[in-house]
Amino acid sequence: MSATMSNANHPLTRDQAKVMSRFDLISRMVRKLHKDEAVIGGIGYTNFDLWAAGRRPQNFYMLGSMGLAAPIALGVAIAQPDRRVIGLEGDGSILMQLGSLATIATRAQKNLVIIILDNGAYQITGGQATATRAGTDIVAMSRGAGIAQSFWAAEEGHFEELIDRAIAEDGPWLIGCRIDTAGPKETTERDPAQIRDRFMRGLGVKK
Amino acid sequence: MPADETSSRAWHEIVRDTLKAHDVRLVTYVPDNVLRPLIEAIHADPFFTAFTATREEEAVGIVSGAWMGGMRGIVLMQTSGFATLPNVLASLPVPFQIPVLMMVSERGTLGEFNIGQAMVARTMRPALDSLGMEHHTLTRLDEVEFIVDRSIRQAVATQQPVCWILSPLLTGGKVFAK
Ligand SMILES: Cc1ncc(C[n+]2csc(CCOP(=O)(O)OP(=O)(O)O)c2C)c(N)n1
Repeated sequence: MSATMSNANHPLTRDQAKVMSRFDLISRMVRKLHKDEAVIGGIGYTNFDLWAAGRRPQNFYMLGSMGLAAPIALGVAIAQPDRRVIGLEGDGSILMQLGSLATIATRAQKNLVIIILDNGAYQITGGQATATRAGTDIVAMSRGAGIAQSFWAAEEGHFEELIDRAIAEDGPWLIGCRIDTAGPKETTERDPAQIRDRFMRGLGVKK
Repeated sequence: MPADETSSRAWHEIVRDTLKAHDVRLVTYVPDNVLRPLIEAIHADPFFTAFTATREEEAVGIVSGAWMGGMRGIVLMQTSGFATLPNVLASLPVPFQIPVLMMVSERGTLGEFNIGQAMVARTMRPALDSLGMEHHTLTRLDEVEFIVDRSIRQAVATQQPVCWILSPLLTGGKVFAK
């Protein structure tokens, strides 16, 4: 366990976290998934880089419904309590559905991990600033909502440590990542019925 | 089920029993007074996993995720809550073909006392129609089981959401409190 993690009473603030790359972080996360963990990619560039990080039938890509990556992930986690479920969401998107963090905390959903990719911008719509750029701290809000295990990733190695813990130990977890404003590597194929069908087969719900 | 047994049950008991018969285990809701007996009946039965969501959109997201994970679910809400949903219906359950079940307690008509409720209620059926969504208004006790049962079957078979509107004709609605 790193020094940054062991001191849970004095966690990192947003300002102290390194600015990293969305594609690199998502790729690092995907490389750690060996148990068919489900991943929900939120609207914005989040799901684009999830798509670019490699097709997995356990990935679900949103095409709208801004803010619903965490609620969709919660629903999957309730239906499949033995599977780890990860919701990937942008800062602009989670700011639209902050109440979902309170719902997740209230449910105390053990198999759920939320990862926030915070570039301080609504990047896909032109890079307009979100509130996080002026200092709103999503990890602090998450802790305030009742998700005790809410942390900023200090740098890439710490991000990997947090992922290791979050896919092995009881959650719910929220991992905040500061990212730059590089564009995504690819564009998600927009075929909703096929995305849903593949995902259900990837989860073993359809044969 | 014999007619006498059906008629001895209240609307909310029929709805609860029909949900159980179709293995609809997940119930998420933003509360409403008319829905209270149904919400209480559901919480009293350990068959169900039931909890509040902070917004109706969030509830639709949760039930959509649960369906994809193999668990059937329903969202309970008031008319004003439905009015927050068209975008999410048009971008999640309808195009992704997810049979989200929805039950709306109808405010805004047959004795409404709040002008805001009356106005927003008028947007509900046009929104459902323009999304091409199946919907039924429940007005008679003797029709509740047939309509709910058949439309759950249809939603699942056609992979499309469905919405039931609980008319004050069935529930008594909400009466002006002086
Ligand atoms: C309800 C709703 N409002 C606005 C939009 C337009 N919109 C699409 S993506 C987006 C920005 C998403 O920002 P963020 O989650 O931070 O992701 P990023 O673009 O930075 O990757 C906006 C405003 C929308 N699709 N839905």
